[in-house]
Amino acid sequence: MVPITTLHYLVVAAALFVLGVIGVLTRRNVVVVLMSIELILNAVNLNLVAFSRIHGLQGQVFSIFVITDAAAEAAVGLGILIAFFRNKETVNVDEVDLLKW
Amino acid sequence: MFFLNQIWLIPLLPAFGAAIMFFFGRKLQKSAVNAICVGAVVVAFLWAVGCVWQYTQWADANNHQPFQKIIYTWLGSDTGHLVYRTHTGTAEFKADAGFLLDPLSSIWLLFVTGVGMLIHIYSTGYMAHEGGYYRFFGYLNLFMFSMLTLILGNNYVMMFVGWEGVGLCSYLLIGFYFLRHSASTAANKAFIVNRIGDAGFLLGMMTISWYFGSFRYTDVIEMARSGHFAIGDPVITAATLLLFVGACGKSAQVPLYVWLPDAMEGPTPVSALIHAATMVTAGVYMVARSNALFILAPTSMKTVAIVGAITAIFAASIGLVQNDIKRVLAYSTVSQLGYMFLALGVGAFAAGVFHVFTHAFFKALLFLGAGSVIHAMSGEQDMRNMGDLHARIPKTHWTMFIATLAIAGIPPFAGFFSKDEILWQSWLSQGFAYHLLWIIGYGTALMTAFYMFRLMYLTFHGRPRMSHEVEHHIHESPSSMTVPLIILAFCSITAGWLGLPHSLGGSNRFEKFLEPVFSTEAKVMRAEEPGQVAAGKKEEEHTNPTEYTLMFLSVAAALAGWGMAWRAYRHADKGYTEPIAAAAPPVYATLLNKYYVDEAYDYAFTGRRKVGDVRLGALGAGEASSWFDSHVIDGTVNGAGWTTRAVATLSTWWDKWIIDGLLVNGPAILARIMSYPTRLLQWGLVQWYALVMVAGLIGFVAYYAYK
Repeated sequence: MVPITTLHYLVVAAALFVLGVIGVLTRRNVVVVLMSIELILNAVNLNLVAFSRIHGLQGQVFSIFVITDAAAEAAVGLGILIAFFRNKETVNVDEVDLLKW
Repeated sequence: MFFLNQIWLIPLLPAFGAAIMFFFGRKLQKSAVNAICVGAVVVAFLWAVGCVWQYTQWADANNHQPFQKIIYTWLGSDTGHLVYRTHTGTAEFKADAGFLLDPLSSIWLLFVTGVGMLIHIYSTGYMAHEGGYYRFFGYLNLFMFSMLTLILGNNYVMMFVGWEGVGLCSYLLIGFYFLRHSASTAANKAFIVNRIGDAGFLLGMMTISWYFGSFRYTDVIEMARSGHFAIGDPVITAATLLLFVGACGKSAQVPLYVWLPDAMEGPTPVSALIHAATMVTAGVYMVARSNALFILAPTSMKTVAIVGAITAIFAASIGLVQNDIKRVLAYSTVSQLGYMFLALGVGAFAAGVFHVFTHAFFKALLFLGAGSVIHAMSGEQDMRNMGDLHARIPKTHWTMFIATLAIAGIPPFAGFFSKDEILWQSWLSQGFAYHLLWIIGYGTALMTAFYMFRLMYLTFHGRPRMSHEVEHHIHESPSSMTVPLIILAFCSITAGWLGLPHSLGGSNRFEKFLEPVFSTEAKVMRAEEPGQVAAGKKEEEHTNPTEYTLMFLSVAAALAGWGMAWRAYRHADKGYTEPIAAAAPPVYATLLNKYYVDEAYDYAFTGRRKVGDVRLGALGAGEASSWFDSHVIDGTVNGAGWTTRAVATLSTWWDKWIIDGLLVNGPAILARIMSYPTRLLQWGLVQWYALVMVAGLIGFVAYYAYK
């Protein structure tokens, strides 16, 4: 069996990160975009925890902060989504273009 | 020396009269005006007689010095602060209010106050029915004050004060009937022409004060006689010529005589007093007073003589054909003044003064007589409308006849002695030019006799040429007018005897009396031409025959003139012909139009007539400066305004198009234009923004990873 090194963690985190970015960039549904943002943040958390094994507990402390932050952000994001839905009756990102010239 | 010490009263009494007329005259009765004004002059005359009497006594005791009484320092100071530079050093500017009495001013004093008194008395009759009675006497008294200041002053500044004062009074009195346009114009003319002379006087006076360091006669004459200055000294020549310009203005010599004939617009007593006996002699007085200076400037003396001679014959020729009785007398005055200056110019100062003295009497008499005629003729002055008055106004006729005999120079009347003395002195002077002057004087004497007897015959003899209503009103004048005439006639007869020359057995008292004033001069002048000293002494001996010949010739001229007038005008009827007009009409026209001198002055000096389209002279200068003001000055102002507005327009354009357009709006427009492509970047799609962000991030990471 191959021992599980920090590298494995980083690869998983990277993979999750990329999936999250692709999701942010390509999905049409705003809720899915928000979920993808959560994925990105969680990937970052994984990264932090992986490195905390080596460099100290600061990583884990910081990832607690990130989780808190992700939660707040999700709440705010959903609030914006609901406000927007009330105006435009849609959850497609394509149609959020009021700032278009 | 009671009278002498109060000599200042003489000018002051008429001054008071004038002041009272000024303040209260309107409310006074005629009798009060008479008492104050005429009384003032009568008292002044009596005082003057007293002064001259006491002066003769004082002079005998004091080596014939002039009597000076200085009241106070009027201008300038005694303290040494008002020091000015003279040509040799410095001097103090000082002009006193002072009086000087010497033989020269005594003569003037006596005849000015005497004739003035008679004319004041005459005016009470003449002006009795005129308006402005108090005003007339106020002005007359003011005139007497000024004239007496002129004569009695002890320095040139006092003389100038009097000079200006008589000019002012002349203006006021000529324009007495100020509602008449011709009178006010004549008054202006007199004053303005006089003013030109005054400029000369003032410059001459200042030159004298600069050169001699003083204004007083005694100082100036003492310095002039001291031998310190050379004969022909240029500054003295200039000063005396300038003074003579003043004399030309005041005493009506060519070219400044033009005011005197027009001055006849004033009432006749004014013409008698001012323009015959007193004011016009002020110039003669001034030259006589400055004789010491003129002696030092032979060029000036020659000028004076030549101008005098020219004036004499010029004015006499105009007087030959004038029709207004007063004009004839006016030109006669100008002519006789020419004689006086001729005398002064050839060095015969005593003869000139003697002629002033006699002339005062007979000319005043002529004018007052003319006034009496005009009064009798209900205001008619044109001789063409007179005639056959001798029986109707006998007193006037006989007194005027006596005066005419005097002025024509017929012995034993006054004019003969004085005129003859002048002609004799002119002949005596060495040089052909002086003989030429004698010829001119002789011709003038002939003309004088002719026009004066013409006046007599046209006025008093021949057939009556007046209208019937005037003829009915002819009456002799009241005694207030005829008594002065008689007194003046008496003087015209006897005054000449004071200057009876040696050749006729007299002692020439007049010249002796004036010796302290003139004698040194005569010696100095005659000493210049050495031959003359001998001639001067011998004159009383060997040249007597020539004197008798010349006397005979003058009398012959006078009688010839009388004869010609008798022949031409004795039976003058309506539509009589003038002999000159019959013989040479163009000459007659020229003389009648006074040689067109007034018109020439109008073209050249006053600008009352245009030359073509241009106006010259004073009015032309006014027009020119008015043109300058409205075209050049206002043009400049308007131009400045136009320029300002043009600059403002330019400024507006600059501000609107360059500043606002280019510099302010430009960047704005640029920004807007740049915004068109730039806003295309804003799709509004959030995922696109996210993609760009990620791309950027990858770029950074790649850059740092592979650096």
